[in-house]
Amino acid sequence: MITTENLNVFAVRTLTQKEHMAPGHRACQGCAEVLAVRLVLKAIGRNVIMCSATGCMEIISSPLPFTAWRVPWFHVAFENTAAVASGVESALKVLMRKGKIPRKKIVTLAQAGDGGTADIGMQALSGALERGHNMIYVCTDNEAYMNTGIQRSSSTPFGASTTTSPVGKAQMGQITWKKNMAAIAAAHNIPYVATACPSYPIDLIEKVKKAAAVEGPSYIHILSVCPTGWRSLPELSIKLGRLAVETGVFPLYEVENGRYHMSLDFPELRPLKEYTKWQGRFRHLTDDKLAEIEKRLHEEYKHLKARAETGI
Amino acid sequence: MTKPENEWTWKELTVGNVILEPGNASQYRTGDWKTLMPVLDKDLCIHCGLCYIYCPDMAYNLDADGFFIADLFYCKGCGICAKECPTGAIKMVVEQEE
Amino acid sequence: MGKRVGMEVSIAAAEAVRQSKVDVISAYPITPQTHVVEHLSEIVANGEMDAEFFCVESEHSALSVCVGSEATGARSFTCTSSQGLALMSEITYIVPPLRLPILMILSNRTLSAPLSIWNDHSDVMSIRDCGWIQYFCENGQEVYDHVFIGYRLGEDRDVLLPVIVNMDGFTLSHVIEPIELIDQEKIDKFLPPYAPIYTLHPDRPVTMGAFALPSIFAEAKKAQEVVIRSSIPKILEVWKAFGDMTGRYYQPIETYKAEDAETLLLTMGSFGETASVAVDTMREKGKPVGLVKIRLWRPFPFDAFKEATRRAKRIVVIDRAVSVGGPGGPVASEVKSAVYGEESRPMIYDFVAGISGRDVSPSDFIKMVEKAEIEINEGNKEGYEIYGVRE
Repeated sequence: MITTENLNVFAVRTLTQKEHMAPGHRACQGCAEVLAVRLVLKAIGRNVIMCSATGCMEIISSPLPFTAWRVPWFHVAFENTAAVASGVESALKVLMRKGKIPRKKIVTLAQAGDGGTADIGMQALSGALERGHNMIYVCTDNEAYMNTGIQRSSSTPFGASTTTSPVGKAQMGQITWKKNMAAIAAAHNIPYVATACPSYPIDLIEKVKKAAAVEGPSYIHILSVCPTGWRSLPELSIKLGRLAVETGVFPLYEVENGRYHMSLDFPELRPLKEYTKWQGRFRHLTDDKLAEIEKRLHEEYKHLKARAETGI
Repeated sequence: MTKPENEWTWKELTVGNVILEPGNASQYRTGDWKTLMPVLDKDLCIHCGLCYIYCPDMAYNLDADGFFIADLFYCKGCGICAKECPTGAIKMVVEQEE
Repeated sequence: MGKRVGMEVSIAAAEAVRQSKVDVISAYPITPQTHVVEHLSEIVANGEMDAEFFCVESEHSALSVCVGSEATGARSFTCTSSQGLALMSEITYIVPPLRLPILMILSNRTLSAPLSIWNDHSDVMSIRDCGWIQYFCENGQEVYDHVFIGYRLGEDRDVLLPVIVNMDGFTLSHVIEPIELIDQEKIDKFLPPYAPIYTLHPDRPVTMGAFALPSIFAEAKKAQEVVIRSSIPKILEVWKAFGDMTGRYYQPIETYKAEDAETLLLTMGSFGETASVAVDTMREKGKPVGLVKIRLWRPFPFDAFKEATRRAKRIVVIDRAVSVGGPGGPVASEVKSAVYGEESRPMIYDFVAGISGRDVSPSDFIKMVEKAEIEINEGNKEGYEIYGVRE
């Protein structure tokens, strides 16, 4: 069915056909996280060294002796991706300076999930951003510890049901508000921060390209729809990403040297229910609860827009 | 061809268990996972490439006539392509037994 | 003969790192390691050393940075003690199977609780099984020497394992000792640039750190075991090459007046020097006592150990850590295992001494030997105590 919703990305045909990640990986059907990683690598190209945290992307791609990676890729542990990437970046710098390897632009890419970034990986990320390493840190956020069985993280949205924030008689889902990682990254005064979603592939690719061109650390927070953990149909993964943006749940914006820009704005946000109704993790939410959440979401969206308007 | 992990002896392992063949995961037939498979109506296709860009499994390839065709060896039948196709040219049907 | 100077051992260690032309240094401050890292940051800031130096946000990240940089092909260094080692211990197990020859100097300090900054071996004993090659140094010269030895051995393509050089915190790290420096041209010949087999680079994309199913993990573990055990000939070879260069020849097990000894004292680290004074005193009185020093802790040199101790009737093991609730101190446990299968085994008595920096003098060693001999004669089968505890 032709709709105006998805007519704005006809230029995808012009994107590079090269795949830096091989098919045959073991991601779930409809996994938008692996799609996000695929698009990130398309944006950067083959001159990259990628460091991943323990998590979905690591497990689905690297069961010894098979690998889905066509680029140099390194996995060490769960919480230290930013530190490992710092080491890679420093080694490239010093080896090129000493003439031990030829001078060439090689992007250092760190990738971790929401658990490996906002929770256990926070320390290493903060340190790496503070030290100013020239790298891109991508957080692929599927809003829970999906790899270990859908446990809650600090990135799980308020009210969502997970295996460690279940719906019960005394408590109904996640009781804390989603941690704002993009703001935390921006507070480190790094040159580039952005939010992105693979449902907007050109936007995502452009943002990654910008990050690769920047000198110093960049942080990109990518919403990764997870049909398995969100209890949604695999075919809806792109649509849900779009709805997250259109309802204000996951606004797309950039922070360039401290200045906020909205990537996409809407005269009016769609009702939250249009997003939550497709996801089993929200099905226990009453209309009242949804209204509460929506109120706060709208406030935050307004606040974000205000920052974008004043530029700070 | 990389042999499966349960056939490797300890002497055959590389130094540091490094995997030397990039992308050898492509030996694995994830196409076995699907129940539904995409079918393209070429008359409706406008060659936009959305099916190709949205496929999490890199299963779409451009053929000589400019159509993006799903490689059923890898396609997991998630249905994203059919859902996102702006003209409804792709339909998910139950996989035919060969 | 190189230049002989009086230098604080930490500074000498830092100078050795500089002379080794290390590429990446990443550390987090903790007493008593601080002087090593402070001096390194000074010489980097002065342009005397071309390296990337980071004071990172935790020890866990300190070692993680080294893992990333070593995998990319840069010679890397870190240094820590006690709590810092405990924090980075997750990563210490990960490094050897990845075959990354990082060098770490451990300024041995006791593990909390209670918190204490003073010296014993409880920190390094907590990672016995991690798979790093581990040396123990008795004096400042040995610390300085083993930085070069460690890099040359670790980076050898038949080895490719990370190395820990243990130096007792404060007792060694903060004292001024005579150090014979080695000329840079000699170091450059002894220690060639790091030439790894695999690195992370887009020209040859590899995957490092894949996960392993149960069906292949055992093979990976076996490979790791074989590599460290079969590195002993290379360890001896590198020590010989070093000796040829400097006249200082090191052995995995070293002995002092042990050939005709009936009772052997066994030490690791700086206690060796004090114990040798005690041995001399006891010998003057006609006691057939000797000293055995373990320099190579991992891989444990079984053959050399058995050879050095087979003529003795008793071994008085001086442990510097407690295996709480276990069969004595770690060194004594391993020594007992080492001789378990022998036809004739010496009696082993285990003292844990010098916990958290408490002073152990030559007369203490003499008392320990005397007590051990009495206890053994009286048939004490347990043979384990913490020395010098006030009752």
